[in-house]
Amino acid sequence: MYPCIEHCIWLIPLLPLTGAMVNLLIGSRLPRPVTHTIAIGTIATSFVLSVIAYLHIVSLPPGQRQFIDTVYTWIGLQGFRVGLSFLVDPLSVVMALIVSGVGSVIHLYSVGYMHGDKRYSRYFGFLNLFAFAMLLLVLSNSILLMFVGWEGVGLCSYLLIGFWFEKIENAKAGMKAFVVNRIGDFGFIVGFMLLFTAVGVRTGTWSLDFGVIKSNIGLVSPAILTAVGIMLFVGATGKSAQIPLYVWLPDAMAGPTPVSALIHAATMVTAGVYMVARMNFLYALAPDALRVIAIVGALTAFFAATIGLVQNDIKKVLAYSTVSQLGYMFIGVGVGAFGAGIFHLMTHAFFKALLFLGSGSVIHAMSGEQDIRKMGGLSSKMPITTTTFVIASLAIMGVPGFAGFFSKDDILYHAYISPYGGTFVWLLGVVAAVLTAFYMTRLVILTFYGNPRMDHHTAEHVHESPKTMTIPLIILAILSAIGGYIGMPAIFGVHNVFAQFLAPVFASGVRLPEGSVSLEWTLMGVSVLAAFSGIGFAYYLYGVRTELPAIMAEKYNTAYRWLLNKYYVDEFYQKYIVGGLMGLKDLLGVFDARIIDGTVNGTARLGRRLADFEGAFDRVVVDGAVNAVGDGIVSAGAVLRKLQNGLVQNYLIVAVIGMAILLSLVLL
Amino acid sequence: MLSNYLLSLIVFTPMIGFVLILLMPRERVTWIRWTAAVFTFIPMVLSFYLYGTMDASSAGFQFVEKYPWITAFNIQYYLGADGISTPMIVLTGLLSFLSVFASWNINKAHKAYFSLYLLLVTAMFGVFMALDFFLFYIFWELMLFPMYFLIGIWGGPRREYAAIKFFLYTLAGSVLMLVVILTFYFNSTDPATGSHTFNIVTLMNQANQGMFIKQFWVRLAMYVALFIGFAIKVPVFPFHTWLPDAHVEAPTAISVILAGVLLKMGAYGLMRISYPLLPDMAAYTAIGLAILGLINIVYGALVAMAQTDFKKMIAYSSVSHMGFVILGLASMTFIGFNGALMQMFNHGIITGMLFLLVGVIYDRAHHRDLNGFGGIATYMPVYAGITSLAFMGSLGLPGLSGFIGEVLVFLGTFKVYPVIVIVSATGVIFTAGYFLWAYQRVFLGPPNEKYRGIARINGRELFTLVPLVLIALFLGVYPMPFFNLVGASLSKLLMMVGH
Repeated sequence: MYPCIEHCIWLIPLLPLTGAMVNLLIGSRLPRPVTHTIAIGTIATSFVLSVIAYLHIVSLPPGQRQFIDTVYTWIGLQGFRVGLSFLVDPLSVVMALIVSGVGSVIHLYSVGYMHGDKRYSRYFGFLNLFAFAMLLLVLSNSILLMFVGWEGVGLCSYLLIGFWFEKIENAKAGMKAFVVNRIGDFGFIVGFMLLFTAVGVRTGTWSLDFGVIKSNIGLVSPAILTAVGIMLFVGATGKSAQIPLYVWLPDAMAGPTPVSALIHAATMVTAGVYMVARMNFLYALAPDALRVIAIVGALTAFFAATIGLVQNDIKKVLAYSTVSQLGYMFIGVGVGAFGAGIFHLMTHAFFKALLFLGSGSVIHAMSGEQDIRKMGGLSSKMPITTTTFVIASLAIMGVPGFAGFFSKDDILYHAYISPYGGTFVWLLGVVAAVLTAFYMTRLVILTFYGNPRMDHHTAEHVHESPKTMTIPLIILAILSAIGGYIGMPAIFGVHNVFAQFLAPVFASGVRLPEGSVSLEWTLMGVSVLAAFSGIGFAYYLYGVRTELPAIMAEKYNTAYRWLLNKYYVDEFYQKYIVGGLMGLKDLLGVFDARIIDGTVNGTARLGRRLADFEGAFDRVVVDGAVNAVGDGIVSAGAVLRKLQNGLVQNYLIVAVIGMAILLSLVLL
Repeated sequence: MLSNYLLSLIVFTPMIGFVLILLMPRERVTWIRWTAAVFTFIPMVLSFYLYGTMDASSAGFQFVEKYPWITAFNIQYYLGADGISTPMIVLTGLLSFLSVFASWNINKAHKAYFSLYLLLVTAMFGVFMALDFFLFYIFWELMLFPMYFLIGIWGGPRREYAAIKFFLYTLAGSVLMLVVILTFYFNSTDPATGSHTFNIVTLMNQANQGMFIKQFWVRLAMYVALFIGFAIKVPVFPFHTWLPDAHVEAPTAISVILAGVLLKMGAYGLMRISYPLLPDMAAYTAIGLAILGLINIVYGALVAMAQTDFKKMIAYSSVSHMGFVILGLASMTFIGFNGALMQMFNHGIITGMLFLLVGVIYDRAHHRDLNGFGGIATYMPVYAGITSLAFMGSLGLPGLSGFIGEVLVFLGTFKVYPVIVIVSATGVIFTAGYFLWAYQRVFLGPPNEKYRGIARINGRELFTLVPLVLIALFLGVYPMPFFNLVGASLSKLLMMVGH
């Protein structure tokens, strides 16, 4: 429909990069409206281009919905070539739409949220840079180029978590995020090296392009593919905050709230899910790797939700909620339902971005307060924020009709019927759904309803946020409310448009068995029941018998402490892993200074002792003889002086002859 | 016309500056500085010309100059450049020019400093061009002498210790090298003249190798002796401890030259001499080399993490990064070789930048204690920005040139030594750890009141840094000019070592 788009896909990531460069280099000298106009303008244009790419893709027959736009050869050696090339297919188009769409909305929101910040242009520069890296990640045509985006988003995350770096906690949170992600990257690197080598040795084709690997994947042994699948997933546990590397994400809330919404909820943290979906052709041949992903996802979904039950910081609740929801996405892709995982990725991008932006609106109104124990009753003063936040909460809880309902149900259904999932994975998912409904209801009640618990001064200042902030809320609320209908399951008598659109990408992937219609209805009933029981229980505790939570916390004190302190996982890591590393580096530092360098200095001292001894020997014995001979030498010197005619060549000749004689004596 | 003498011009132009400076009155500091600037600028431009006019599709030596020198011993004045040496020549030209400006605030004996500096530049160019073993050795030793004084006179508090350590260590290496050179000489026959020869090209010619010593153990001993000579320069564990001392005590510009150019000579020596002349031994010992590369990468990173001196940390990061070069060379694969050579060039650019950056803060605060700063980013935003870019480049962030060298080393070596590569890859974690930790301690957190009003980075400092930033960015996004330059020569080298 728009064939010209096939040659200008590169503009989609390039535009935000240009915006970032302008704002980072000269932004501090530009007026603020120019700064944010550039930032929003570039990302919005990328969104428009993504829409055009989407329209073009759907105009093609389903089997041919794919094209590659190569700009130039990035790395080109004999037999190994990586192009700066972009792959556009239904999967990457969906991702590009989410990233640039939600990204545009959050850029707009930032205008209001960051309006008083002294590093305004730097903020928008980093945000644009992030958009560039994320779009590169989702559009790239090879694992190596994807890794460029993968690391790029990590960098931006680091820069934006520590954006207010004067507070040392923020700086430390940024560093923690980067280093923990690097642990994951180690796995990712090992994974793609192994894949690269395995395919190369088998076929003689050395490549990291998705297409090339896909067409040769069958030649690689399943054991290696399983190892590759697991190592790549280790990378995903870092980027997408899964057990055991999730610990950086809650700390990442130190960044500005729009950043939490864009990077740490809607887009970057879903990169791992996207990666697994993109590599579906590999995982289809590595069922054990899929099982690992499903189990880790299910455990994370459950585990993070339990922590979310008792947190008192509005952003921390949402952070653990994100970890938990990412777990759902991994259940989806892990059981082989790649489309369901991506579907939840999309709906989650809507409602979780909205929840974060809503919390930002609250924090903004509360003059920076984030503790929900000091909130309450905000609904009357902030109607738009409250309404949109409630819509997002209904979506994440899985209340029928809202976006999260369809996507979560899709995942749980497939978890149940898939050979890689099973009852255990499904059950963890259902329990996590109860917990999700509970902590979200608690959060909504404590924040927006009941009696105000803030001090008088703060209460007076509570106000609805400006339009630049509420318009994004409204847009995302609409999407959270109706965004699920494109993925309605067939049992409602419609086509699952979303699944059908993505199907060609996953065509060579996993074949899942078909469940019966009655089973599907039953499972859906269980999901709905889960959501409402969580809501009801939380409403009873926080809306009716409000004295009960404190009593329960007292009664089950040990359990409560463990939850409140996040099972002490951070403390454990700090003590044993960080502590171990610190001990090791100190040990090696001392080893280097004392042993290695000590040996060097010892050798030098020994040499000097020997020289001293020889010196004494020289003076007494040798000099005595020499002096006697000396007089005779003086006359000989007159002859030898002729040799010293100042020609360097001759000196060299003499030197070389001497060495040659010495060496000949030694060798011959 | 220019092409006939291009290499000699590059080598000896700094010597003209050397003579001119010697003729100048010592109070004329400005004259002296600008003379040094001009006579490093000219060879830099000529080295760009060399890159521009070189025929990259040919693996052979180009711009060859060959004259009899000391005929009695068949010693030749023999220079040439190929795809392996040209990047090093360009790097030398660039860094020696920029470092003149980093030497601007040398505050004593300017005349001696800049004349020795120019002598050093000549020697460095010479090493990368010499194709006669004897000439190579002369240049190699010639480097030692100015370097000794540049560290020993203009260095920090422990400069004499550091200078002597550097001198003796390198000398020990070059004595071993000399023994090997002479062994080659006395066992060789130039097919053209029938006499012994120092001609590296003749010696590396496979057809002539039959004349060499054939005993396995002698060849192995020669390889090891030569390797130790080069390993000290790289430096390879456990011969690396001269490096932190020399780096820490040397003035900024000399640290840049040390890290940027001198360390490359060890790896260059392996590629130019060890591998072609003793290819069987290179293959035989490759796994040992790979293990040493691994130790350099991981051990260097962990020891870097233990440092509290900013400059010492960068010095150990060099140990770690040069490990990638060693690992890539051990791989004996085309991808690995490309990665290693790229890493050599990148390390020169990025670590050069890092030492310049340490110099900037040291000039202002007069200390380098990583724990003694805090919040500097508030006072010096541009400086903080460039430092973060250099740190990211050094920790191998994709998009900057450092990544390409490292990832190619990994991809090329994995096929041969998978376990070694996997263990080496843990280095990416530790490297991120020490760089970000250092960055946090120096630049982030509440601004340290002590440095309120600290001068922002100035134009001269920016002038030395910006070209390196641009190169690191450019090669990260578009490294093909580099690969096109080195490909043919690296294929030839790979064939020589039998792959």
